[in-house]
Amino acid sequence: MTTLQTTRPPVAPATATSTPLLQLRGLSKTFGTTKALDGVDLTVAPGEVHALLGENGSGKSTLIKVLNGFHAPDPGAELTIGGRSVPLPVPPGRFREHGLAFVHQDLALVPELSVLENLRVAHIAGSRRPWINWGAERRRARTAFGRLGLDVDIDQPVQRLGATERALLAIVRAAEEIRDARERATAEHCLLVLDEPTVFLPEEGTALLFRLVRDLVADGRTSVLFVSHDLDEVLAHTDRVTVLSDGRLRGTADTAAVTVPQLIEMIVGRPVQSPVPTEHAGHTPERPVHAGVTDLHGGVLAGLSFTVGAGEVVGLTGLAGSGYEDVLPALYGARPGASGTLRLPDAALDLATSTPAAALAHGVVFVPADRARDGAAGELTVLENMTLPVLAEFRGRAGLDRRRLLARGRQLTETHDVRPRDPRAVYGSLSGGNAQKALLAKWLQTGPRLVLLHEPTQGVDIGARTHIHDQLASAARGGAAIVVASSDYEQLATLCDRVLVLARGRVVEQLAGPALTRERIADRVLGSVTLHEATGSSPEVTA
Amino acid sequence: MTTTAGNDTASDGTAGNDTAGNDTTSSVTTSEGTRTVAPVGPAAPGRRWHRPSAYVERYALVAVWLVVVVAFGLARPETYATTGNLQNILGSQAVLLILALGLLIPLTTGGFDLSVTSTLSLSAMLVAVLNVQHGWSLPACIAAAVAASVVVGLVNGACVVLLGIDSFIVTLGTSTFVLGLVQWLSDSTAVTGVDPALTEWTVVNRLFGVSLSFYYGLLAAVATWFLLTRMPLGRRLLFVGRGASVARLSGLAVDRIRWGSFVTSAVVAGLAGVVYAGSLGGADPSSGSSFLLPAFAAAYLGATAITPGRFNAVGTFVAVYFLVSGVVGLQMLGVDNFVQQLFYGGALVVAVALSQLVRRRTSGAG
Repeated sequence: MTTLQTTRPPVAPATATSTPLLQLRGLSKTFGTTKALDGVDLTVAPGEVHALLGENGSGKSTLIKVLNGFHAPDPGAELTIGGRSVPLPVPPGRFREHGLAFVHQDLALVPELSVLENLRVAHIAGSRRPWINWGAERRRARTAFGRLGLDVDIDQPVQRLGATERALLAIVRAAEEIRDARERATAEHCLLVLDEPTVFLPEEGTALLFRLVRDLVADGRTSVLFVSHDLDEVLAHTDRVTVLSDGRLRGTADTAAVTVPQLIEMIVGRPVQSPVPTEHAGHTPERPVHAGVTDLHGGVLAGLSFTVGAGEVVGLTGLAGSGYEDVLPALYGARPGASGTLRLPDAALDLATSTPAAALAHGVVFVPADRARDGAAGELTVLENMTLPVLAEFRGRAGLDRRRLLARGRQLTETHDVRPRDPRAVYGSLSGGNAQKALLAKWLQTGPRLVLLHEPTQGVDIGARTHIHDQLASAARGGAAIVVASSDYEQLATLCDRVLVLARGRVVEQLAGPALTRERIADRVLGSVTLHEATGSSPEVTA
Repeated sequence: MTTTAGNDTASDGTAGNDTAGNDTTSSVTTSEGTRTVAPVGPAAPGRRWHRPSAYVERYALVAVWLVVVVAFGLARPETYATTGNLQNILGSQAVLLILALGLLIPLTTGGFDLSVTSTLSLSAMLVAVLNVQHGWSLPACIAAAVAASVVVGLVNGACVVLLGIDSFIVTLGTSTFVLGLVQWLSDSTAVTGVDPALTEWTVVNRLFGVSLSFYYGLLAAVATWFLLTRMPLGRRLLFVGRGASVARLSGLAVDRIRWGSFVTSAVVAGLAGVVYAGSLGGADPSSGSSFLLPAFAAAYLGATAITPGRFNAVGTFVAVYFLVSGVVGLQMLGVDNFVQQLFYGGALVVAVALSQLVRRRTSGAG
């Protein structure tokens, strides 16, 4: 169902002139006592596609959020676009006037509305006219697609478009915003920020998208800042690359002149020794198999199999879109459309029909990443949230035995160090760390045999993090099998006996023993696509 | 937005998460605070439960009710402050009380049931028509009325759960439909002459001078109280209402619970209809609708008392009798009938506003 097609050949990038299109100097941003950004400089030449790389927490997101006016930077930073000075902080909601346009990972499209409505929504919403001139809007939309050589039915709802087409639409919309800004003469030069819009795209989709991007920057007054984790995409499609690490500028290089290992070293901050000893996934040498996953499908997951031993902590990681985040909900029976088998000592769950209740009945528990939505009801008390799975134990002659419930709550807040030590406090009033400890208490009290945790220390302070690690280690000593899906490599290295790196729905690497370090995980994750392709189709890395 | 979006906010987030800007923020930003506070020593337990203001909140409605009773008693000592009037007030509100208690079940799970009054009319009308025009025995009539109510509840639940339609609009539709059925069934006229036994067992027979129907309401209140506070099922209803995703991931059969809640409210409305038929000695096709607003007013007003922020049986009981004490008092002062509407309508808006305020304050946004 290809409704969007490029018919024009890609245009060669315009040559960089001496005046930079975007110049950012001395950008710092402090949160409390943490410096998220520390004196970062960034220069983007006109007509350039510039990559911004860095690990999670390196400051990439903060930088983008300074550009779109969400964060106010520390005083002293300077920003110019096309030689014009842009006020900092960027006035919220007015970045367009200064020549900035953004396409975020979620694309910000309304699926129920038509292509036309999505394309023109900003213009229509911002219009001061009391009515909408649909005729003019349609002409304008057709011109916009035509200019870029795209043939599209502008009346179909966006939900009928494929992933690639949606991404293209979001970029065309950003291009239109840029054009609007030029027409209103508020900005001559423009920077389009692509904040990981390609994560969920197949390779052909990314290629198509970058042909569009090349068309856009061909005018020499537009540049693109491409934020990504995918080194292959960066090498294939960008002109220069800037790497951030721990909030500092690690370096800027011509893409043609760098290699994947060099980039990884810049991102991780330390050289990574190679070769790394690797084993094939699915085999645990020294422990009896406690839980076995076979042929897991669903979303990007393409026949994943692995085992977890009793008392073992296995980590799952990968780039966004690699499928590592989809594994746990699928195992827990909470992901529609999954298939595969989860073998436990006394049962085998068919994941196509399994439910959370079935998983729980077999001693499988799941601690989700989004605490506020999936973990606990914030309006109810800590006690109510913690005891929800064990209410049946507290049936008395006169209904729920509230005294025993409260005693259990007190005991759990004590052993899991939940502060305040008042089980009747409202759950939503807890800090991130205590909220997570309470959730862990909720599930560990059931004596689970397989514990699934998704980003277990996200938004959790250091003290609570250590505590949570201890609790998990003690559960593992008690014989439970533990699987942690996380993008926090430091945590994985500390917590896990073994880490599986996923790419495109498959396990591409397994790290254990001395090979299990933060750097090695980062190396394997960031290079995962390359590795995968090296074993599969021919690598398509061009400079 | 999927889980992947969390990647970047994850670690960037530890450094001050104004990124989310919504409900997740509260817990994350406060983690900032604890990082410095936590190691200092055992944190003082937040005993917000025992604040004096919490007691005020819990019993304010009871106090206001007493004030209303005393005030009218002083104003009309010879009519209002009499045992007879008290017995009257207690006995007259059983139908409303039972109806409002039934409403609490879907409300707790986050659903609306606007069809309860139509179900009540249907049930009352079935009892009357089957008994009077077809000569069915009372137990058979009651069984048929309850069965019809179950059907209404099943349809409501199916539309909400299977089709994913907003319960508000579903029950508005079924309510109108059922009311149409009632008019068809009754030829749009009142049916009288129901077996006197029904009237005897609802309003005529008295215990301590109060009609039996009051005790049915009391029984319903105790049962609802037990369900909502003392049974695991009550907790599950609460979790379905306050966090459907949490409930689902905790292994609860969310869909079945929501469906069941609509069947429950319909059955309870059907039983209220039987009592209504008894107290009228028959049924009329339209008067049941007048219970809708008072029932919601009582449920919401009740949620501001006893366990503020939650729909609860005791609060609803108090609210029903607070509302009727006010209305009866106003009538005795000789105020026009429209004041009753003002009182109920005003109470609903005030109650919803209050419960929203309470909920916002106790939901721990800070």
